[in-house]
Amino acid sequence: MQEKLEKNKQEALDALDKIEDQDALDRWQSQYLGRNSVVMEAFKSLGTLSKEERPLVGKAANQVKVALESASREKETQLEEQRITESLASERIDVTLPGRRTVSGNIHPTNRTLREIYRIFGDMGFRIYRSREVETDLVNFQMLNFPPHHPARDMQDTFFIKSEGDRADNPLMLRTHTSPGQIHAMQEHTSKYPDDPPPIRIILPGMCYRYEQITSRSEVQFNQVEGLAVGKSITFQDLKGTLSNFARRMFGQSAKTRFRASHFPFTEPSAEMDVGCFLCGGKGCSVCKGAGWLEILGCGMVHPTVLINGGFDPEVYSGFAFGMGPERITMMRHHIEDIRYFWANDLRFLEQF
Amino acid sequence: MKVPISWLKEYVEINLPVEELAHRLTLAGLEVEEIRYVGLPLPADGNQETKISGFAWGRDEIVVGEVREVMPHPDADRLVLCRLDDGKQEHTVLTGASNLFPYLGKGELDPPLKVAYAREGATIIDAYSEEDPAALTTLKRKKIRGVESYSMACSERELGISEEHEGIILLDADAQTGMPLADYMGDAVLDIAITPNIARAASILGVAREVAAITDAKLRTPDLEPVMEGNSIEGKAVIEITNPEDNPRFVLGLIENVKIQPSPYLVQLRLKLAGLRPIDGLVDATNYTMLEIGEPLHAFDYDVLVKRAGGQVPKIITRRAEQGETLTTLDDVERKLDDFTVLVTDKAGPLSLAGVMGGADSEVTSDTVNVLLEGASWNYVNIRRTVSAQALPSEAAYRFERGVHPELAPQGVLRCLEWMRKWTGGTVAKGLVDEYPHPFEDVVVELTPGDVKRWLGITLTTEEIADLLKKLDFGVEIKQDLLVVNTPPHRLDIGEGMVGKADLMEEIARIYGYDRIPESYLAEGLPVQAGNRELDLEEKIRDSLAGLGLQEIVTYRMTSPAQELRARPPQEKAPEIDYVELSNPISAEKTVLRRDLLASMLEVVEKNFRNRDRIALFEIGPVFVPSEKGQEIQEITTLGICLSGKRNLPSWQSTDREIMGFYDLKGLVEELVSILHISGVKYLPESAPGFHPGKSARIEADGNLLGYLGEVHPQVVGNYGLPDRPLPAALLDVASLLAGVNELYEVTPVHDQPPVLEDLALVVDEEVPAGDVESLVRQTGGKTLREVRLFDVYRGEQLGEGKKSLAYSLVYQHPEKTLTDKEVLAIRNKIVKRLEKEVGAQLRSW
Ligand SMILES: [Zn+2]
Repeated sequence: MQEKLEKNKQEALDALDKIEDQDALDRWQSQYLGRNSVVMEAFKSLGTLSKEERPLVGKAANQVKVALESASREKETQLEEQRITESLASERIDVTLPGRRTVSGNIHPTNRTLREIYRIFGDMGFRIYRSREVETDLVNFQMLNFPPHHPARDMQDTFFIKSEGDRADNPLMLRTHTSPGQIHAMQEHTSKYPDDPPPIRIILPGMCYRYEQITSRSEVQFNQVEGLAVGKSITFQDLKGTLSNFARRMFGQSAKTRFRASHFPFTEPSAEMDVGCFLCGGKGCSVCKGAGWLEILGCGMVHPTVLINGGFDPEVYSGFAFGMGPERITMMRHHIEDIRYFWANDLRFLEQF
Repeated sequence: MKVPISWLKEYVEINLPVEELAHRLTLAGLEVEEIRYVGLPLPADGNQETKISGFAWGRDEIVVGEVREVMPHPDADRLVLCRLDDGKQEHTVLTGASNLFPYLGKGELDPPLKVAYAREGATIIDAYSEEDPAALTTLKRKKIRGVESYSMACSERELGISEEHEGIILLDADAQTGMPLADYMGDAVLDIAITPNIARAASILGVAREVAAITDAKLRTPDLEPVMEGNSIEGKAVIEITNPEDNPRFVLGLIENVKIQPSPYLVQLRLKLAGLRPIDGLVDATNYTMLEIGEPLHAFDYDVLVKRAGGQVPKIITRRAEQGETLTTLDDVERKLDDFTVLVTDKAGPLSLAGVMGGADSEVTSDTVNVLLEGASWNYVNIRRTVSAQALPSEAAYRFERGVHPELAPQGVLRCLEWMRKWTGGTVAKGLVDEYPHPFEDVVVELTPGDVKRWLGITLTTEEIADLLKKLDFGVEIKQDLLVVNTPPHRLDIGEGMVGKADLMEEIARIYGYDRIPESYLAEGLPVQAGNRELDLEEKIRDSLAGLGLQEIVTYRMTSPAQELRARPPQEKAPEIDYVELSNPISAEKTVLRRDLLASMLEVVEKNFRNRDRIALFEIGPVFVPSEKGQEIQEITTLGICLSGKRNLPSWQSTDREIMGFYDLKGLVEELVSILHISGVKYLPESAPGFHPGKSARIEADGNLLGYLGEVHPQVVGNYGLPDRPLPAALLDVASLLAGVNELYEVTPVHDQPPVLEDLALVVDEEVPAGDVESLVRQTGGKTLREVRLFDVYRGEQLGEGKKSLAYSLVYQHPEKTLTDKEVLAIRNKIVKRLEKEVGAQLRSW
């Protein structure tokens, strides 16, 4: 009987070797491990055997059964792996087909640039102060040291607003710059702290308006970001340092700055800050018009008259102010040659940011 | 201000290359916008900080030549042949220049005519080039009408001086034959932007003074002592200043027996390079002096004045124009005068618009023999107002409206008389008539090194400060730690007291060099920090909407009522809308400030719909509401949202081809208010102007109006020529959104107890708003009902006419325990009962 079992085991293992699919394996299992298999017959026959023979045959049958079951499991795993491999080999997608796009939105380029400016000055302790777009001559010009008929007004052609009654030298107008916000901010501050006002650091963004023909270089409306710092120890050196820091963060750590004398009625001394062209590294290109420098902002120490109009004593306080155009900066950074793109709202332009 | 370098060099030594000088001037606040080379060599290529134009004249090829004889051309009437010596040999030169014809057939000319001669191989401007800048051409040997030609006598256009091409350049007789023309008259012209604070530099001398200060060179001041060989001016003219405020100083000089003739070529050349047109020796003298030292001058025909005075001594009176007074100016325009216009008059009436333009009657002409020369100073305000009222800008007014120091009046007259004498051969009367009622007191400012430290941050000694200021001709007296600074008598820009100190700070910084001042980083303490809640919210809205797939736009704030009316259906002519109106609109499309974002957005859709299948836009910006009786104009920040076209971009995978409608936009708005944590938001059926009456809603948060949402009225869609399909838009008030935002919103705990899910379908009358049903379900379900989601709205025959079924999927969950079927059933029955009672709902039987 043991011989028969051993022979059957050998036969089964040989047969198992040749099996290549699950069906054949199922048949094999029923043939060698099923009810009528040699092994099972051997178990069934145990009762008929002698007391001596019974444990020997039982042991042998059990060994064969365990061996066949183990071999069968192994085969099963092998067949499964084989099936997965074959199936993976047949599944292929075209990875070059376009992906499923989710619709994405976008923020206007000017506001993107404004945010960067907010962030940089925010890190330096400047908070954001906004004020109205419809202004009076008094705040837009006179309190900023542009008396009526001052020649510097020529540089800021103004849109006036119809109003009832004669406002004489104080007509309503659309602000020509964000500088009137300086007056509002200082007056609010000094009336809140009439004695010994603490320092101010603010930036003032917003839309401004000038009576200029709309061309690729000029617009009737444009944004400006003004900045103002007032305190008891602020010097021209601080102006240079703060704005150079800004330039390095805005245009890259290697950005060079230079300060040229200039004129604004509300600052004295006044300056223009140029930044070494960040596109050509100062060698000269079409954006910097070959100069190697880009005009970025106007700045200066706050004029004593403006400090007084803001409620500060210029004998004790000093400060600096600056102003820049976020559209201009955006144009330089992205090589945009026509300012009209900003309000034309052609989606083919806006979607590129 | 156009400044020929050759002229500048008369007053200051310049050893720097032109570009380096331009760089230094630019840093010192005299921005050089362009350098125009006229004959002198251009700098080598490379980094050109300043814009450069013009071209260099070859030193060997373009020289002074002399025309010895002008002869007829054998075959052409309109051409002549010149016998020309270029210093080396004689050439025959062909030309059609009109100004040589008078010499035709005159034989050997004595003296010969000096011309600008371009030899064979010379590069000059192609006078017929249409390009800008004009193309250059090189002279080659060729035959013209049978005569060999290889060189030419040049016109101004051919040398890049002016547009003149009728005649050739005829140089002054002292030009040395054979000399390179560039050495004789080559130049480079700096175009300097003059800001209002440096009006004193609106002259060659003024620029020279700045150059001297910034290059540490010495200024050479012009000679102000003309040869005065005539009789005394005394008794020849009298001056009466009515109002010294308007006219602080008035000076007269006299030159007799002038002979009107052209001024020397080099004078004409300088005027041209500076942008003025030469006229004759007399007029050129006034312009030349104005450019040279900055004092505008006016010449009267003295004999006309005597005649007007009836043979008496002319009396010049300056005064304001009277009501209804007129003057015909020398451009032959009769001008009605305003009461702010100051006039130079005599007893017979107005002679000129003071400081702006002369009158036709008394102007100098080619017959003038005796000239009375005016140099004056005027109040800049009157000049500005007159220039703007008469639309009459002029070189003289340009200077007067920026302020000219009274001290320049006699200087100008003296200098000009000498030029007139030289260029017209007249005799200058001795002395001036000078009326100066209240001599101007130049400002004195006191300053300490401490002031410099406080403003500029740099430490300078009194001596160092004094040295810097003296370079600009300030008088400085040092009294221990104090500097007493006297403003020099040519500048009006230094204020008094604190302002004067600030003005001097700029001068100290400029001459010291802005670039030498070190950087520092605000040692001042940090101010009290504050956020800007409104801006933060706006930025959050931007981020949210962009994240939801919308593109931000920014449109013009200026529009016209007609443009805004396009966003209204025709019948909705509505009450007359008040606008904030511009009194000087730039165009018919931009006459008012907008009151509405809807029109702005629809214009953007109109512009883009042909290029895009899907448009989803938003804008955050103000609308402007006019003031009610003396109130301020309101600027109301508004959020506009607009959708048009397909929900999804067409794609090879996408199956959703639907057009966006009301519920797409409502979903966005719901998402937005949820991101902002605005609670208690309700959508009530109500229409707003421009919207579909049945497809729009009023949005409220806890009873406060947030804005409107709806599909745009179909006729409005038609007004913009857009496809006939839904176009949802929303207009929300940003301040109201802000008021509803709760930054400290509560978060509810999440639980792991097993939820019970079930569906509930209710049949209600069509009129019952789904919103009411849902809020009843929620209210009744209480806390245990964690989620309510409408998943189906059904209308059909089996429900009956006027009925709809609303199917909700409900999630019940108890925070602490597993709900039993019995507990869930109890809540469900409560909900159904309540709905039966309040809105007549029936459970839908499937
Ligand atoms: Zn560049």
